[in-house]
Amino acid sequence: MIELRDVRKVFNQGRPNEFWAIRGVSLSLEANRVTVLKGPSGSGKTTLLSMIGCLARPTEGRILFEDRLLSGLPERFLTEVRRRTFGFIFQQFNLIKGLSVLENVMLPAYPLGGPRHALEAGARRLLAQFGLADKAAYRAEWLSGGEAQRTAICRALINGPQVLIADEPTANLDTALSRDFMRIVGELKAAGKTVLLTSHDPEVYDAPQVDRVIEMRDGRVVGG
Amino acid sequence: MLLNPAILALLAVSAVVTVLMAMAAAFAVRVLQHWDIGSGSERQLRLERRTYLIATLVAFSFAAEIVSLLLFVYNAEAMHTQFVGAMCATGVLNANAWGWPALFLKIAAFFAGAVWLTLNRLDNQGWDYPLIRLKYGALLGIAPLVAAGALAQAEYFLNLQPDVITSCCGALFSPDSAGVAGEVAGLAPRDAAIALAGSGALVLGAGLWLHRRGTGGLAFAGAGTLAFVVALAGVVSLIALYVYEHPHHHCPFCILKPGHDHVGYWLYLPLFAATAFALGAAVVSPWRHVASLARVVPGETRRLTRLALLGFAAFYAIAAWAIATSNLHMLDVWW
Amino acid sequence: MPIWLQRQKYLIDFTLSSLLRRRGKNAGLLLVYTLIVFVLASVMLFTHALRNEAVHVLANAPEIVLQRMVAGRHDLVPAAYLDRIGEIRGVQKKAGRLWGYFYDPAVRANYTLMVPATEPPASGDAVIGAGIARSRGLAVGDFVTWRGSDGQPRTLRVARLLDGDSELVSSDLVLVAEDFFRGFFGIPAGQYTDLALSVRNPREVRKIAEKLALLLPDTRPILREEILRTYDAIFAWRQGIVYVLLIGAVLAFVVFAWDKASGLSAEERREIGILKAVGWETGDVIRMKFWEGAIVSLTAFLLGHLAAYVHVFFADAALFEPVLKGWAVLYPHFQLTPTIDGLQLATLFFFTVFPYTVATIVPIWRAAITDPDTVMR
Repeated sequence: MIELRDVRKVFNQGRPNEFWAIRGVSLSLEANRVTVLKGPSGSGKTTLLSMIGCLARPTEGRILFEDRLLSGLPERFLTEVRRRTFGFIFQQFNLIKGLSVLENVMLPAYPLGGPRHALEAGARRLLAQFGLADKAAYRAEWLSGGEAQRTAICRALINGPQVLIADEPTANLDTALSRDFMRIVGELKAAGKTVLLTSHDPEVYDAPQVDRVIEMRDGRVVGG
Repeated sequence: MLLNPAILALLAVSAVVTVLMAMAAAFAVRVLQHWDIGSGSERQLRLERRTYLIATLVAFSFAAEIVSLLLFVYNAEAMHTQFVGAMCATGVLNANAWGWPALFLKIAAFFAGAVWLTLNRLDNQGWDYPLIRLKYGALLGIAPLVAAGALAQAEYFLNLQPDVITSCCGALFSPDSAGVAGEVAGLAPRDAAIALAGSGALVLGAGLWLHRRGTGGLAFAGAGTLAFVVALAGVVSLIALYVYEHPHHHCPFCILKPGHDHVGYWLYLPLFAATAFALGAAVVSPWRHVASLARVVPGETRRLTRLALLGFAAFYAIAAWAIATSNLHMLDVWW
Repeated sequence: MPIWLQRQKYLIDFTLSSLLRRRGKNAGLLLVYTLIVFVLASVMLFTHALRNEAVHVLANAPEIVLQRMVAGRHDLVPAAYLDRIGEIRGVQKKAGRLWGYFYDPAVRANYTLMVPATEPPASGDAVIGAGIARSRGLAVGDFVTWRGSDGQPRTLRVARLLDGDSELVSSDLVLVAEDFFRGFFGIPAGQYTDLALSVRNPREVRKIAEKLALLLPDTRPILREEILRTYDAIFAWRQGIVYVLLIGAVLAFVVFAWDKASGLSAEERREIGILKAVGWETGDVIRMKFWEGAIVSLTAFLLGHLAAYVHVFFADAALFEPVLKGWAVLYPHFQLTPTIDGLQLATLFFFTVFPYTVATIVPIWRAAITDPDTVMR
C-alpha cells in the first residue's frame, strides 16, 4: 500500500550544520498490518514517519500511496491527502489546552466544512467507543495520561483515515496503559486499519499485535 | 490643501499597495528563475511557502484598492465646494489633467487584480501548479499598473488648487465658463441606447456560447469589455439623464447619492462584478487540456460565466427600470 | 450551507475561543487599538460637526456682501451706492449693514456690535449674547456702560439675552439701535459698514459680482460660497494637521501591532504546529489569523467610535477644543449636531484598520508556515 523508493531527507541543506536524516530508504508497507519502526534516537524513524504521513516532503526519492505519487505534491494537496488518509497520534498527545475534549476531537475536520451536527455526532460516537463520553466537556488539561491518549486516538480517527500513525505512543504511559494501548491497536487492525508505530519500548515492538518490526539506524533500514 | 485626511489616507494606501505589489513582483522574478515543482529541495519548499504570502498580499491589495476607489469618488464629491463651478465629483475630477486618468488607472488595477486572483484560484487546484509561471509573469505587469495609478493619483492631488479666498483684495475668480464645470461629454441618447442594446446582446450571446460549448473565452472577454465601456458611456449619455430627470445632467457620480436612492450602486456593482467575472471566465477557459486542471476547468468556467451573465442581466434590467420609472419623457425629442 | 461558509464559521469559532484563551495579551492590543480609533474619530467627528454648523449658520447669510476698500483697507460705504446698485437685475434685496468691533477693557474681550435688520432694540436698549452675559455677570434689566469713540460713556439697558442655541455665532454679539450705534462709533448718517445683497439664483451670483466690481470699482464683493469654501478648506486643513501630528501615534501603533503579531509565545507556536499536524493547511491558518485581526479590528473600531461620539457630543470634545476651534477669550458653549457619514468612516478605516492589517500580514504568514512536523520533534 505504501511504497518508498530511495527516499532521502536533509536538514539545513548547504549550511555548515547540514544533516542527512534519511539516507536512502526503500520500503514497502502492506495494508491492514501493524508495523513498528524500531531504533535508537537519531536513527531517523520519526523523520521517516512524518514523510510517510505526508507531514514532510523527501529531499529525494519517491513515496507512493496506493500507486499514487505523494512526494511531489505541494502542501495544499499533501494536506488534503493527509486529512483523509492518515490519523496522527503524537508522543506528547498534543491536545490544545483550553479547548474541551469534544472540540479537540473535532478540530481536524474544521477545514473540511462539513455540517456541524454530523461532525459533533461522529465525535461523540468515537468518544463513547473509547469510554470518554462523560468527559466530552472536560478541558483537555484536566485529563489523565490515559484519557489524553484516548482523546488523541479519537482525534486521529475523526476523519475516518485508513492509516493510523503513532510516534512513541507509550513514552508517557505506564505498563498497564501501554498494554491497553496495544490492545486498542489490535482492535483498530481488526477494524481494517493500517497502523504504523515508532517505539523503543519492548511493550510495543514485542507485543503480539505487531506484524512487522523494521529496524533503523543512522537514517537507513538495517533489519525487517 | 493636501492635508485633507481623506487625501492623506488615499495617498498612503496607494503608496503602501504599490510597495506590496513591488515586493510581489520581486518575488515573481525569483519564482520565474528557480521554480521546480518536482524538486524537494529546501529552496523549492521556501518558494512554495512564500507563494502563500504573495497571494495574501495581492488579495489584500485588491481589497484595499476597491475601498480606495470608493473613497476616491466620495472624497471628490465632498470636495466639490472647494472648486469654483464644480457642482459635484465630476467637476473636481476635471480640476486638472490627472483626475480622470487616476480614476481609470484605479479601475484598470481593480480588473487586473480580479483576473489575477481568479487565475491564482485555478492554479491552486492543480497539483503541479501548472500556471505558476504565467501567474507570476502577469504580476510583473500588474505591479507597474498599480504604481502608475498611485502616481497619477499623487499628481492629481498635488496639483489641486482649491479656490479659496487668498488675498484680501482679489475675491473674484475668473468667470466660470472656462472653469471646472461638470459637463461630461455624452453621446446622443438614441445612439447610446442602440449601442447598449447591441453590446448587451453580444455579451449575453457570447456568454451563453461559452457556457454551453466551453470555447470562445476570448470572445466573451472582448464582448464583456465592450459591454463595460458602452455601459459606462450609456450611464453618462442616457441612464443618468433619466435618473436625474434632467436632459443635461450627465454626471456619473451623482447617481450614487442618497437623493437618487443610491441607484448608482445598483448599476455599478453588478456591472463591475460582471465584467470582472467575464474576464475571469476568459482567463480560466483555455486550460482544459492541462492534465492537472482538466477536471476543474469546465466547472469553473461555467460558474464564472453564469455569474457574469447574471451581473450583466442585472445591470440592463436595472437600467431599463430606471428609465421606465423616470418622470422624464423625451418620447418625441429623442426617440 | 455551502462548504466555504461552514468552514469560515468553524474558523471563526476557533478564533473566538482562541482570543478568549489569551485574554491578557489581546486586551492590551485592544486597548491601544481602541485608543487610536478614539483619538482619530474624535477629531473627525468634531471638525465635521463644526463644519456642518458653519454651513447651517451661513445658510441665512446674504449671498453677497459688498465692502468698500480704501488703500487696501476696509472703509465705510456711502448710502448712495445702494441707489447705484438698484439697476442690476437679479438682486432681490439690498440693505446697508451697520456693525463693528468694540474692545471691552473690563474683561479684555472683543464684542461685535450690530444693528439688526429686523426688530432693532429700542434706543438705549441692548440685546446681548450669552458669552458677554456670563463674563460680565449681566442679566435682563441690568445696565452696562461703555465709552464710545468720542470718549463719552454711554449706558445701555439689557433688554434681552440671545438664545443659547445660537451661541456659536452670537456669543459675543451686542444688538443695539441705529442711533445709538452711530453715536457710539461716530459714524455719520448716510454711511454704512457694508452692504448686504441677496440674490435669488445662485448661478447668477458670480455674474452679479462681476457687474458690481465694474460698477463700483472701489468695492470688493465677498461671496457666501467663497466663505463656505474657505471654511471647508480651513477645517479640512486643521483636521489634516492634527492627523499629521498623530501619525507618530499611528506608526507607534503599527510597530506595536507588528510586535504583538510576531511575538508568538511558545504555546501559540505549539498550537499552530498542532493545527498543521492534524490537517489544517497554511491557507486555513492564515484565514484563521485574519479572522482574529478582523474581530479585534471591528471591536476596536466600534468601541473607539462610540467613545469618540460620546466624547465629542456629550463631553464637548474636551481634549481638542483649543486646537480646533481657534483662539479667543470668549468661548461659546454650544451643542453640536451629531453627524456621521461614509466618507468619515472610510477615512478612519484607512487610518486605523488598514495599517494594523498591513503590519500583521507578514507575521501571520510567518506563523502559518510553521512546519507541521515541528510537533513531532
